[in-house]
Amino acid sequence: MTPILDEQRHPLARRIAHWIMALSILIMIGSGWRIYNASPIFPFTFPEWATLGGDVEWALARHGDPGVATAIAWHFAAMWVLVVSYIFFMLMGVLSGHFWRDFLPVGPRSVMHDMIAALRFRLEHRLGEYNAVQKLAYWGVLALVAVMILSGIAIWKPVQTYPLERLFGGFQGARIVHFIAMAGIVLFLIVHVALTLLVPRTLLAMVAGRATEPRHVVTPGNAR
Amino acid sequence: MTLARRQMLRGGLSVGALTMLTGCDLSDHDSVQRMLAGFSRWNDRVQAALFGQQRLAPTFPEALAVKDFRYNAWYGPNKAPRLDAADYRLLLAGKIANKKPWTVDELYALPQVSQVTRHVCVEGWSMIGKWSGTPLRVFLERIGADTTSRYVGFECADGYYEGIDMPTALHPQTLMAFRLSDEILPTKFGFPFKIRIPTKLGFKNPKFITAIYVTDQQPRGYWTDRGYNWFSGI
Repeated sequence: MTPILDEQRHPLARRIAHWIMALSILIMIGSGWRIYNASPIFPFTFPEWATLGGDVEWALARHGDPGVATAIAWHFAAMWVLVVSYIFFMLMGVLSGHFWRDFLPVGPRSVMHDMIAALRFRLEHRLGEYNAVQKLAYWGVLALVAVMILSGIAIWKPVQTYPLERLFGGFQGARIVHFIAMAGIVLFLIVHVALTLLVPRTLLAMVAGRATEPRHVVTPGNAR
Repeated sequence: MTLARRQMLRGGLSVGALTMLTGCDLSDHDSVQRMLAGFSRWNDRVQAALFGQQRLAPTFPEALAVKDFRYNAWYGPNKAPRLDAADYRLLLAGKIANKKPWTVDELYALPQVSQVTRHVCVEGWSMIGKWSGTPLRVFLERIGADTTSRYVGFECADGYYEGIDMPTALHPQTLMAFRLSDEILPTKFGFPFKIRIPTKLGFKNPKFITAIYVTDQQPRGYWTDRGYNWFSGI
């Protein structure tokens, strides 16, 4: 008897958009942390080694600038890359049917069920299939990036786009929303990368475009 | 663990390590700085296009204006240059018809308006203040500046220098601010006057102005020379 082969496929365009988004989000986070450190809104700062913007001592010695100039330059460069790749990814996800096919349906019951199973380490991963928690996480992170972009515009252009700022409860409100959405994205990234390392074939699929795996034998005990 | 799986793990780890090292290694590299400068020039163009010549910065009730405004410079407030009102002359240069220097009394006799607007620092903090003075546009017209030129530049007594695009210079809320919180601008805030531009970041609001010039060549800026974006509109 030949085993059933589970398969995950990612078309080239999706893979390119995914990795460009991933890189630009990492740049946005690293440079954003450096900018945050210049004027923190909460009683903590990020360790300098985790921030992006070059050597602080060097910038101070050469420019009298605490390394913020380069961080802002990174932030305002990568934002274009992120916005373009995000719009591309969203359009592609909607038009190709990928979102509807793979990220839906997702209801509260299935999320509860899969969440409980996941927390008990009973949730089986099957290549090419997304469980309810995963679906919700993908919708969530895509929504967070949208919030990030909108609150970012409100902070970048609080005069030219003033009504947008009011949507976030003012300039300071937009900064806080921008921070919280960042925290959500970082949380997603940690879980996303950890799960990828647990099931490396999913990473293979996102790199090479296709990964297969013989389906695990389903016994009545762990049937879904 | 299969060989493929091991390789994937190693690949994942080196991606992680790469992003950690990016901060120290790549940012200060010349080619990276050139790439970032290219994006910054693109951002200048986008911001110039976004800028609404008649779109006003939000104004606030006077009660919200902070009386004890935050001091901000790369030197301490006691190092701020003390300009003597009797000796002070504002010098004019470039594409201006009447380049006669101006005294403090002459400047302070100009028609004045007040605004309660928000100062937004590039670092992220913001503060609402009340400034009073002459719209730069009124002054530029009075001295016969060629307002078809592209830029207005400023020299300052503390060694600072800045420049702005002509549309911003002609914006109704761009002021030569003589007063902060209804009091003559104190020394540390830029006596005898500062340029107050509520449509730009704080560092584009130079203090202790000693010269104004009109030009078609983009003026350099103190912080722009240190890597910050030139237009820096908000």
